[in-house]
Amino acid sequence: MASTAAQAHDGHAYPTGWRRWVLSTNHKDIGTLYLLFALGGGIIGGFLSILMRIELQEPGLQIFANGQAYNVVVTGHGLVMVFFVVMPALIGGFGNWFVPIMIGAPDMAFPRMNNISFWLTVSGFCLLLVSLFVEGAPGTPGFGGGWTVYPPLSVTGHPGPALDFGILALHLAGASSILGAINFITTILNMRAPGMTLHKMPLFAWGVLVTAFLLLLSLPVLAGAITMLLTDRNFGTTFFDPSGGGDPVLYQHLFWFFGHPEVYIMILPAFGAISHIISTFSRKPIFGYLGMAYAMVAIGVVGFIVWAHHMYTVGLSLDTQRYFVFATMVIAVPTGIKIFSWIATMWGGSIRFTAPMVWAIGFVFLFTVGGVTGVVLANAGIDRELHNTYYVVAHFHYVLSLGAVFGIFASWYYWFPKMTGYVCPDWIGKLHFWLAFIGANILFFPMHFLGLAGMPRHYVDYPNAFAGWQYVASIGSYIFAFSLVVFFYGVFVAFARKERAADNPWGEGATTLEWTLSSPPPFHQFETLPRITGSSH
Amino acid sequence: MTTPAHPASGLQPLAYTPEEKQARRDAAQRAVRRTVVICCSVVAVMVGLSFAAVPLYDLFCRTTGFGGTPRVGTGPSDAVGERAVAVRFDANTSQGVSWQFKPETRSVDVKLGETKTVFYKIVNTSSRPTTGIASFNVQPDLAGAYFVKIQCFCFTEQTLQPGEVMEAPVVFYVDPALAKDRNLRDLSTITLSYTMFPSKDGAPVVKADGDSGKGTDKSQL
Repeated sequence: MASTAAQAHDGHAYPTGWRRWVLSTNHKDIGTLYLLFALGGGIIGGFLSILMRIELQEPGLQIFANGQAYNVVVTGHGLVMVFFVVMPALIGGFGNWFVPIMIGAPDMAFPRMNNISFWLTVSGFCLLLVSLFVEGAPGTPGFGGGWTVYPPLSVTGHPGPALDFGILALHLAGASSILGAINFITTILNMRAPGMTLHKMPLFAWGVLVTAFLLLLSLPVLAGAITMLLTDRNFGTTFFDPSGGGDPVLYQHLFWFFGHPEVYIMILPAFGAISHIISTFSRKPIFGYLGMAYAMVAIGVVGFIVWAHHMYTVGLSLDTQRYFVFATMVIAVPTGIKIFSWIATMWGGSIRFTAPMVWAIGFVFLFTVGGVTGVVLANAGIDRELHNTYYVVAHFHYVLSLGAVFGIFASWYYWFPKMTGYVCPDWIGKLHFWLAFIGANILFFPMHFLGLAGMPRHYVDYPNAFAGWQYVASIGSYIFAFSLVVFFYGVFVAFARKERAADNPWGEGATTLEWTLSSPPPFHQFETLPRITGSSH
Repeated sequence: MTTPAHPASGLQPLAYTPEEKQARRDAAQRAVRRTVVICCSVVAVMVGLSFAAVPLYDLFCRTTGFGGTPRVGTGPSDAVGERAVAVRFDANTSQGVSWQFKPETRSVDVKLGETKTVFYKIVNTSSRPTTGIASFNVQPDLAGAYFVKIQCFCFTEQTLQPGEVMEAPVVFYVDPALAKDRNLRDLSTITLSYTMFPSKDGAPVVKADGDSGKGTDKSQL
């Protein structure tokens, strides 16, 4: 904190040009970098998914030479979207931009470490892109074993260096996220403005705080697991190799001990942002503030003890399965608290259906759909039938592609005037929303039917019986993709028209500290710390 | 820069004397340092735990029979039960060990607690001496906790000269406690499966025959 203050006083000459961005230590500039990076990642990840949908539009092989090439694209899509789109956008982008401002801090606790975090993510992304083009399985480029990277396929099935690049990419992205998590925890615990107690802290900061703890506890386990994978592949160890007494199932336990908290890492910051948006446009404080904060804490804690519901089919005893079914369903309770509190906030409120608000309401609706199918899949008996089918694909795209991504766009339209100082026409945001909402539902809802009918994941081809809904899903994906054109048009219009945004464009409902600053905020804010007296969340 | 007062949050600028400022700054620095140290320790502990999971998981499987890990017993069972189960035998060889490896009996019926001996026949069909070690597993996984091996060729590695034939014994019983397990009420068959892996000094030979596949072996496609 002292170093931050000193920098602000000594370095009155603001960095310009490439130095401002490459050597940035400013939380707002780094947040902008993360958002731009996530946009780039999203275009690449989205492009990979469109390739998949073109392939699956009709039975037989369309554009891929074989199933392995298709699975390489599936794997790339998953890893890019998880590690290089959703996490950088929500945590690195909006987290960096607004957590310090919302808690009344001048910057993050460790501005230089913040810079390292960003560039580590970029390096990781480069390694992942390289991995798509070097040999994986004999004679073919890329790793095609899914984002979960299960052995033995990842050890003996892909002898080429593709997965080694992939593992190092995850190491870098993981190290970046751990550093980022330490930065957020230190900032939030130590740099809140006078009077800003934890129980007055805005819910977005709560969401990022819980997320940072999840990152801190889960990512080292992923790092350990993939390091063992790396040594199994290259140095003859047998952590997961039965020939030396190892067990591939242990990898699955380790992976999902990380993997399940990871899905909450992707959604909790969105939970926080959605709370602000719904409260702002209902012109009411959020209903049940403390319940909302501690629901996120509860989701985070319980998220660590449910991992084996991803592995009901590995031969767990019935009692173990009973436990994991029960623990998984318990998560529906704090999640339900959040959904109902959002509805209660809107209830009786003076609602304005602006672009961020329709995105937020869309988020609540779609996340609920994904949550309900999650409760279905939590049942070990049903999961045995639906394991690795399109039903699972539909479920996690409803919570991630439609949950987290709608959260990102809701936050984007909410904070766009604050971040850029320009107004994005509301009708463009709404048009973007309706195209995305319709497209995404046409894309993912039929996958429930395909899964119930038995269509398995990770297959390039399928029997004619599945052709109808696969075709519909592909049409939906093109609509979803077209909505992005509208999105970029909105950004273009905002920067072309240069219509200045007010400091608080959303009116009296927007009560958090970022709306007290100018739009865009000054390069350094809160050199004199604000004192929080009333209740402000 | 001025921070405008905001009616809803009641913002007011703060004023401190220089001494107070310094004291607050020092206190803040100490707090930051403590947070960082704790965070870093958490990361270190979690990395450590992920590696500790390997021996702990192994120990857990051996003790509880989790994942179909059979138990190792020192002598025959104290009690013999009434119920009988069929025990089937299975044998596989991994790439890199040119052995013929199969059970001499496909299946035996045993009463719970009854000690049985079966033989596996191993023939080295390659032209050079080879060392192998077998890994083992019981299906269904839940039966692992009740499958007790008193003696097994799989406990040690075997070296066979070219053409050598070996009769490898397995002495086992099925723990009568199985009858009390509600999860295994309907169990009628247990399968004991072995996979023979190449071995050298007790360690697995990963790059046996130099064909771990690194590079471009198009023939595997």
